[in-house]
Amino acid sequence: MTKLTRRGFSTVLGGAALAAPGIMRAARADAPMKVGFVYLGPVGDFGWTYQHDVGRKVAQKALGAEIVTSYVENVPEAPECQAVFESLASSGHKLIFGTSFGYMNYMVKVAGAHPDVMFEHCTGYKDAANLATYNIRFYQGRYVQGVIAGKMSKAGLAGYVGSVPVPEVVMGMNAFLLGMQSVNKAAKLKFIMIDSWYDPGKEGDAAKALIDQGCDLITQHTDSPAPLQVAQSRGIKGFGESTDMYSFAPGTELTANVNEWGGYYTQRIKLALAGTWKTTDTWGGFDVGMLKMAPFRNMPPDVAALATQTVADISSGKNKIFTGPLTDQTGKVFLPAGTTMDDGTLSGLQTLVAGIEGQLS
Amino acid sequence: MNLYEITSFVLSIISASTPLLLAASGELVTERSGVLNLGVEGMMLVGAIAGFATAHATGNAYLGVVAAMVAGAVISMIFAVLTLTLLANQIATGLALTIFGHGFAALLGAGYVGISAPTLPKISVPLLSEIPFFGPVLFQQNILIYFSFVVLFGIAWFLRKTHAGLILRAVGDSHDAAHAMGYSVIPIRYAAIAFGGGMAGIAGAYLSLYYSPLWSQDLAAGRGWIALALVVFSAWRPFWLLAGAYLFGGITYLSLYLQGLGVPVPSPLISALPYVGTVVVLVLISRDRRRTRLNQPACLGKSFHAVA
Repeated sequence: MTKLTRRGFSTVLGGAALAAPGIMRAARADAPMKVGFVYLGPVGDFGWTYQHDVGRKVAQKALGAEIVTSYVENVPEAPECQAVFESLASSGHKLIFGTSFGYMNYMVKVAGAHPDVMFEHCTGYKDAANLATYNIRFYQGRYVQGVIAGKMSKAGLAGYVGSVPVPEVVMGMNAFLLGMQSVNKAAKLKFIMIDSWYDPGKEGDAAKALIDQGCDLITQHTDSPAPLQVAQSRGIKGFGESTDMYSFAPGTELTANVNEWGGYYTQRIKLALAGTWKTTDTWGGFDVGMLKMAPFRNMPPDVAALATQTVADISSGKNKIFTGPLTDQTGKVFLPAGTTMDDGTLSGLQTLVAGIEGQLS
Repeated sequence: MNLYEITSFVLSIISASTPLLLAASGELVTERSGVLNLGVEGMMLVGAIAGFATAHATGNAYLGVVAAMVAGAVISMIFAVLTLTLLANQIATGLALTIFGHGFAALLGAGYVGISAPTLPKISVPLLSEIPFFGPVLFQQNILIYFSFVVLFGIAWFLRKTHAGLILRAVGDSHDAAHAMGYSVIPIRYAAIAFGGGMAGIAGAYLSLYYSPLWSQDLAAGRGWIALALVVFSAWRPFWLLAGAYLFGGITYLSLYLQGLGVPVPSPLISALPYVGTVVVLVLISRDRRRTRLNQPACLGKSFHAVA
């Protein structure tokens, strides 16, 4: 009762600015805090959304009775999603995570209308007092994959099954090839964009086309294990995406980027519970444990050791990946020697490094 | 391109086209009986999970195909009861079936995410499968690829050459006349819907047991809708349907292949092509109104209520 009184007191005195943390504390005392998650795909995609849901469960387990988490899946990046955020915000959810880039403008609107609710947007770049952004430096893992690919590909030509040519995918392709070229200077990369993040049939077809054109190693920036299964049926090696896809292609998967959202979610929810949540822009990688590599399999021990060392170097900051000199496809140097690309430029990257075959359309 | 590359190029097109052909063949028969079932995508998904779960449980992919066919047919009966017996609007009910099938398959499949099941093996004909190009293309495929051709030729023969096929077409073109002639419109349509459902189920099993052998919620990824577009594209004629399925499958694969060669093909455009193609064909065939009427089942989408 005293807390409620104090809340009323502070609201009157301090106005709206103090009200939000006040409500937080009261909610904690009375009932578990409601935390909402909005997912693009089904939790059963065994990729992007699946990994976010693993993260949600980690946070729920860590914080137990203090919070109640709920999620809405299959939410399109379209006006419908605004209604989903709206309904979560107005049904008492105090912290809401939106896990796809296309939610950005809708989240900005809903966050504006609900100043007492905290929002976090994954992969976005617009923030507000109650809207934070967070993302993983996936490209770090792709560089490690590239190093492995450079050692494992006899043809020196890898195939990249992509989704759409957004900066996230462009930096992924570049990082992969830079990793590959760090052990094999002549390495090249072919890519195919399938215009979808998730379509097992098309992903598999793209992998087939790349293999038919001479690629003897496949990596993917799409969410299903289909490219890996195709690689397995053609007797070559590949990499999983977002999650360890070993069970689908045991003799084929070299490693996979594994997105670890659980630690981040737990930490952010804790701050919200304590009333000290503030808006941030997080872009974490190996160093903070947001990105991990699945076990290094199906490769000789020296390659695995090199991969482990690469992870350590990236984690310690010794290897920053996008350091000059970097040459684009036309042979022009777009990042001079001795400089490292800043995060702003990196997150808007639309240039392909020399050695990538094909143009962005 | 060497012979090996040409072979695997053709194989990839065949494998991308087959699910479209299977699902569209079933829908063609349904529509020729005068029923428009927009639930193809939903029935495919239910078939895909039924097939995957059965193959996983029994260790036999062929049993999975049978289960998928049964599941597709059973789920199509919901549509049949609603539209034929209870006279609900076919378009609304079909859409509802797709949405229901999507959710129901996801519910059934929740426990099957991230696991593997036996896949449909390729059948190798001894000696013949050793012939360059023709061996792998003609004599070393899985059973559903052969089946898709057998069914298509069967349908063409059934519709054009048999008395039963004539009755089915009569029901689709004028249910009142067929009824007056003494034919049972409703039971015939039930059968046509069940056939369409069974074929959609088999197309689903093709996806989950061969094409991308896994279960996930959005496995069909719009192929049911492309199959529906194909039926219109073909102007309800089986051999045009075959050509259309291979054209759509071929275009999709070719666009991916060209990108790999470095030709800048905008992939959203390719995703839209089947639908653009259908619209273009619709415009072309409707330039001649008489021909359109000749092809489209006149009672397509209309409910039948026997008066007296």
